[in-house]
Amino acid sequence: MLNDANPSQELKEAQERRLLKAWQTPKGWRYWSEVNNTSVGLWYTIAAFGFFLFAGVLALLIRIQLAIPNNDFLSADTYNQVFTMHGSVMMFLFAVPIFEAISILLMPQMLGARDLPFPRLSSFGFWCYLIGGLFVCGSIFFDAAPKGGWFMYPPLTTDYQTGIGADIWLLGLSFIEIASLAAAVELIVGVLKCRPPGMRINLIPLYAWYILVVGAMILFAFPPLIAGDILLELERLLDWPFFDPERGGNPLLWQHLFWIFGHPEVYIVFLPSIALVAMIVPTFARTRMVGYSWIVLAAVGTGFLSFGLWVHHMFTTGLPGISLSFFSAASEAVAIPTGIQFFCFLATLIAGKVTRSVPILFVSAGLATFIIGGLTGVMVALVPFDFQAHDTYFIVGHLHYVLVGGTIFPIIAGIYYFYPMVTGKLLSDKLGYASFWFLIVGFNVTFFPMHISGLIGMPRRVFTYPAGAGFDILNLVSSIGAGILAIGFAIFLWDFLRPRKRQPYAPRNPWNAGTPEWLAHSPSKPWGVRSVPEVKARYPIWDQPNFVEDVDEGRFYLPDAKEERRETLISSIVDSVPQYCHRLSSPSFLPLTAALFTGGTFVFATFHYWWSAAICAGFSFATIVAWLWTGTATIPEKPDKRIKGEQRAPLYLSGSKSVGWWAMFITMLGDFTAFASLIFAYFFYWTASEEFISQAMSREMITLFIASCCCGLLAWLSTLLARKLNKWETSVLYFVAIAFSAICSLSGATLIVIALRNSGFDPTADVYPAIVWVISLWMGLHLALGGVMQLYCLARKAAKRMTGEYDIDIQNVSLYWHFAALTTAITILTLCGFPSLA
Amino acid sequence: MIYQGKGPSHESKQSLWLLTAAPMIWAGHFILCYVTTAIWIEKVAGRDASLLPMRLTIGGYTLLAFIGIGVVFGIGNRRRNLDTEKKSTDNDTPDCRHRFLGFATILLCCLSVVATLFTSLAAVFVQTTH
Repeated sequence: MLNDANPSQELKEAQERRLLKAWQTPKGWRYWSEVNNTSVGLWYTIAAFGFFLFAGVLALLIRIQLAIPNNDFLSADTYNQVFTMHGSVMMFLFAVPIFEAISILLMPQMLGARDLPFPRLSSFGFWCYLIGGLFVCGSIFFDAAPKGGWFMYPPLTTDYQTGIGADIWLLGLSFIEIASLAAAVELIVGVLKCRPPGMRINLIPLYAWYILVVGAMILFAFPPLIAGDILLELERLLDWPFFDPERGGNPLLWQHLFWIFGHPEVYIVFLPSIALVAMIVPTFARTRMVGYSWIVLAAVGTGFLSFGLWVHHMFTTGLPGISLSFFSAASEAVAIPTGIQFFCFLATLIAGKVTRSVPILFVSAGLATFIIGGLTGVMVALVPFDFQAHDTYFIVGHLHYVLVGGTIFPIIAGIYYFYPMVTGKLLSDKLGYASFWFLIVGFNVTFFPMHISGLIGMPRRVFTYPAGAGFDILNLVSSIGAGILAIGFAIFLWDFLRPRKRQPYAPRNPWNAGTPEWLAHSPSKPWGVRSVPEVKARYPIWDQPNFVEDVDEGRFYLPDAKEERRETLISSIVDSVPQYCHRLSSPSFLPLTAALFTGGTFVFATFHYWWSAAICAGFSFATIVAWLWTGTATIPEKPDKRIKGEQRAPLYLSGSKSVGWWAMFITMLGDFTAFASLIFAYFFYWTASEEFISQAMSREMITLFIASCCCGLLAWLSTLLARKLNKWETSVLYFVAIAFSAICSLSGATLIVIALRNSGFDPTADVYPAIVWVISLWMGLHLALGGVMQLYCLARKAAKRMTGEYDIDIQNVSLYWHFAALTTAITILTLCGFPSLA
Repeated sequence: MIYQGKGPSHESKQSLWLLTAAPMIWAGHFILCYVTTAIWIEKVAGRDASLLPMRLTIGGYTLLAFIGIGVVFGIGNRRRNLDTEKKSTDNDTPDCRHRFLGFATILLCCLSVVATLFTSLAAVFVQTTH
């Protein structure tokens, strides 16, 4: 008989043995099949730092080239590749992924969970990121790298750069964006559903609040870029003239789509780093965070306002003055929530008794540096000032103050802080102080003079400059500063990587922190937490009596793994009441295989090897189906299990209580945002051009479009009916309904293709037919994909892997169909209805 | 068992969506101002026309936005004042969680009002389409 309140030593050891067996990391070559957050998060972090160092070396090449006037260290063409890769790698392969990496590594511990809900998705995201990143970075060694700047403006990247570089950027980075969306799904569901019992929404670690906001921002920021990537790649590949003014296109559309992504992106990289600060400050101030609610306000408020700033990157494009003023106003307003959180941090430091340490030093460096960048940000948010400073080195100085102060310094602070939690060993204080001084001095010497060189007129992205124009000394100083900065990073890197076999393990919770991640043992155990705690305070280690002991003794939830399966608790969103025990995926090579084939699809497509790309896409699809079939919505061997004492929880729930339902909902929000971006493009063209609707749709085309829409709506309704019939266990009728819905979906998709083929709309002739093709193909693709999902549900029921009670598959597919039906209706209303109104 | 509260603070009556209501109103106001102005200038009046009708329209949008944010503020304030004796939002009780969500809603309303005001000030100061 188990006694969770006071387990015997023998029972405790047996429980730990079983937990260890369930969570042990595979050995040998099978190590790479591991999906646990501690391994995947570590690989992710190391890879992100690898890319960071690569981009750092590129930055040094830039500074060597610019150290003296008329330098020929790099040719103009190589320089273009180097600065484009520096920006792209830093933003896409370091700044965003490092937040995902750190969150995957640390968040389960912060939430007192065993892992995030979809470990294989994290693993898939990581492998996609690594493959895509290596592909993009590798291009520079073959003189084939992109060279249009990190924002790839057409017509530069369409008419003037015909090499493969822009395709590598578009396809390689689109592939990586999949990893970001996967991480967003994982992290949002993690924060909402994987919290420990009792951790109400007013008690969650501030890090989790920030990650929730940033995850949501990714859902709405990345899809516009994906939509833009699709349009730009279609123009480069098939000559569809989305950005060609001679055929009705408009290069400004790319700028809109890029910056609708690009400005929130700045906050997507800033907020998670500030989240680290929010975890570090209370620990070293030895007091609770002042103004918890105000920081939540700041995180949520910044998340929203950051979407109203994108045009401040486009102030010089000739938009009407009043339009610019709206964005200038929002750019000023965003300083308010940003300032609020800084005041909360300062108030906490003042209220507490600060202990001197390397992490808090880097935190203070980050805050001070970011404030300088923030103030120059307020300056460039003013339209008249921006007219003067746009595309000068002032902007380069500003953005580096923001990104290094708001991201790099807090991340280094976070690494010093969390290193002992992950490795069990402390980093060196001496080396930490040394690297701090080199970094802070080197950084300011490098980037402060750029403000002045910009104000006296030095444009950004020039590969050299003439002597005597006033730029000589300032650039030399910047280059010397870059050398000092590099020494600082070298010291930090040495400390990070040096062998530590003889160094003793750090004590557990060496900083005496109060949040649940510091329950981790030193060295850490693969299971995360010994038992999933009941949390009643924001700093439970400080405030809950016997908290650590109770966790270690297994007195809380899931102290055992009787079936030797990996499990974590899923709880309600607001009050974190346990709802069910979620069986997590075991190690598998399927995510790696799927990522390899998906990567192959993108890589072969870049080089126009269409057959190879198609074969890879087929294998990728098959691998993902195999992964879903064998690893998701598995019917448990028993309906429920004991989770604590006599308290039991089900092993399977469907609908809005299940994590899968939330994952589908979140994914479809992102998908729908990409669709909305295409619709935005349609109306943007209409607004910007007098003759956008250049040809009328034939009666036959309209009829086929409406027929396709009807098929889509019928498929949606019959899916909902099938869901009901499945619940009632009326098998035959279920099979009829779901088969009928699949036929409708696939017919709808086919009708779209027929309508387009017979339409006489030539997508290369003008932007109007091109955008009609893209939007209707998007709808057709969603109908086809919905059809495949319906066939999957049919097969699951036939294979008895889905029943009336265990019905996650049909529940989630129904949710998909709500969005697909909405997409279908909006597509047809826009394409068939709007021309008659316009 | 985790206590989920009773009456208005019961978990079933809570939602995080309320937090997003005021910033959503700001976003709606912002997009409406941007889109209406763009259509007015590019499709209706042209770049040399008077901006007065647009300025009045933006005034109308702003009034509606303020009313909307005011309603959300009222809901947030009721939640915050659940139990006037206690004001804490830090403890492990459904009432504290309820007050926390109310207080955070109020703060977001204040930020949204300021941001909406900033947007509408553009229509006060900018008098031409250039």
